[in-house]
Amino acid sequence: MATIATDRTLPRRRAAGRTRAVLEALREAPLAAVIILGALVLVAILADVIAPHDPTVPVKGANVFDPPFWMEGGSVTTPLGTDFQGRDILSRLIHGARVSLIVGLMGTLVAGSIGTAMGIVAGYVGGWADQIIMRVTDAWLALPAIVFAIFLAAMIGPSMWNIVVILGAVYWTRYARVIRGEVLTLREREFVKLAEIAGASKLRVIRRHILPNVMNTATVLASLTVGVVIIAEASLSFLGVGVPPPQPAWGLMLSEARPTLMAGQWWLTVFPGFCILLIVLATQLFGDWLRVKLDPQLRNL
Amino acid sequence: MLQFILRRVAYSIVTLFILSATIFLIVRLTGDPVALMAEASARPEDLERIRHQWGLDRSWPVQYVTFMQNAFKGELGKSFNYRLPVSELYFQRLPNSLTLGFAATLISVLIGVPAGIISAVKVNSAWDNVAKGVALLGLSIPGFWLGLVLILVFSVWLRWLPTSGSGDWRHVVMPALALGWYFAASMLRLTRSSMLEVLGSEYIKLARLKGLPDVVVIAMHAFKNALIPVFTLAGVNLVVMVNAAVIIEVIFAWPGIGRLLYEGIFQRDFPLVQGVVIMAGFMIVAINLVVDVLYAVIDPRIRLTR
Repeated sequence: MATIATDRTLPRRRAAGRTRAVLEALREAPLAAVIILGALVLVAILADVIAPHDPTVPVKGANVFDPPFWMEGGSVTTPLGTDFQGRDILSRLIHGARVSLIVGLMGTLVAGSIGTAMGIVAGYVGGWADQIIMRVTDAWLALPAIVFAIFLAAMIGPSMWNIVVILGAVYWTRYARVIRGEVLTLREREFVKLAEIAGASKLRVIRRHILPNVMNTATVLASLTVGVVIIAEASLSFLGVGVPPPQPAWGLMLSEARPTLMAGQWWLTVFPGFCILLIVLATQLFGDWLRVKLDPQLRNL
Repeated sequence: MLQFILRRVAYSIVTLFILSATIFLIVRLTGDPVALMAEASARPEDLERIRHQWGLDRSWPVQYVTFMQNAFKGELGKSFNYRLPVSELYFQRLPNSLTLGFAATLISVLIGVPAGIISAVKVNSAWDNVAKGVALLGLSIPGFWLGLVLILVFSVWLRWLPTSGSGDWRHVVMPALALGWYFAASMLRLTRSSMLEVLGSEYIKLARLKGLPDVVVIAMHAFKNALIPVFTLAGVNLVVMVNAAVIIEVIFAWPGIGRLLYEGIFQRDFPLVQGVVIMAGFMIVAINLVVDVLYAVIDPRIRLTR
């Protein structure tokens, strides 16, 4: 594994310069990933405007289980067909993008914030704080993420925001472990030592010197977690412990499609799954690119 | 060496202790199981009687100590719904989960290892790109959706395989593929990076300088060392798959421990849920301990640095 020295001691750029740098960097990002993600974000934001029908109410005049428009019996008013209640699949998919993106991004944000904070405390404060945080991390990592999430969701009850909290609670441990490792080496670096000798408080050292230097790693981890969280949400919704009906979540749509699979009504199963595949693929591509861009040391992770 | 093993065992015990306490607390903090278990019309004195019967009227620390004492004796409590010991239910289902886990591990190794080796040996070729694409799809296709699509194609359209249940090998193919798919991608990635690392090392260069043919260098020299981490991962993955196959088992009506957990959740059978989840943690802590110790045996640097 190549270890390329990254210059972490550069003076921090001002906010405006930073935004421009981010935009510059995005231009080199994989085109497919940026287009897919951009389109999905737009669709999620504009869901109310572009969805042809209300996603939770049956379409007037449509039957249940109408096929897509190119098949016999399909109609252009419901281009991708209707579900078991006669609701428009396309509209549900469009609104489902919103659920997936909110849960994916917010869940990652919760996990990343808790994990980064815990990792910094464990690594920088050390001692008992370190012992306690790392032992809890070990214990929580011992459960397969999906089993832990199902367990928590079953105990706490289904709602979209509960799922955000639950997935945050499940996935923070991954961040804590990696960030702690980074902080352990940062702690020994000269600029941290000098700040301490100059009399900076622990809080100030963390805010000014530690946090900015672990942000790259945290960002890379976050970009790779979004897809995992989206699949986890879909899995929970599929099992009936995630986003409750009649909300249009892709995992829930797959679960509602299950009884029709035997009848060969494939569109109910194929479309929502394909949406999940697309969004996760795009976040993975984007995350891989970001990993190489921001932190060469993580290339083999 | 002994000291290293003892320290690892101590860590594992602490981990299990925190894990069991967490699960125990979450179960009790999130609602009254007796109210959920009894009928809505039950009288308060009946609820009280049930609580006493199940030992739920005692304080939490007392309940926890009793629970741990029983756990050490291999007793995980009694299922509300089946009125049977949880351990009995668990070990009835475990062989099915092991079968599925082994089959899925086999599939992930058969796909991941050869593809990873080819992609490392012919790095940056068309083969490598195909392998990278497969690895990316492996991480992006949700396993349970793959399962549904497999049912659609092989059971509904082609009618080659049964949709669900258990019996002969034909019942195992689809769930094993759906479960092993994601892990095949991780095997591929690890095999590739591990092979690349070994192929770049001095002793491989020497073997090549000696004029050994490529096949011998790859098969006899590189392969052996590159596959140590790969087969370690396969072992860990097996344990994870045995425990984390909940959705796949639900989709294919596979009678393993994943579906036992699922049933427990919907029947509000909290001793059962608690037991299955704790057993999952126990198995994974155990395999991690085994891996740590084996690595320390193979590589003395590990036991010296920590």
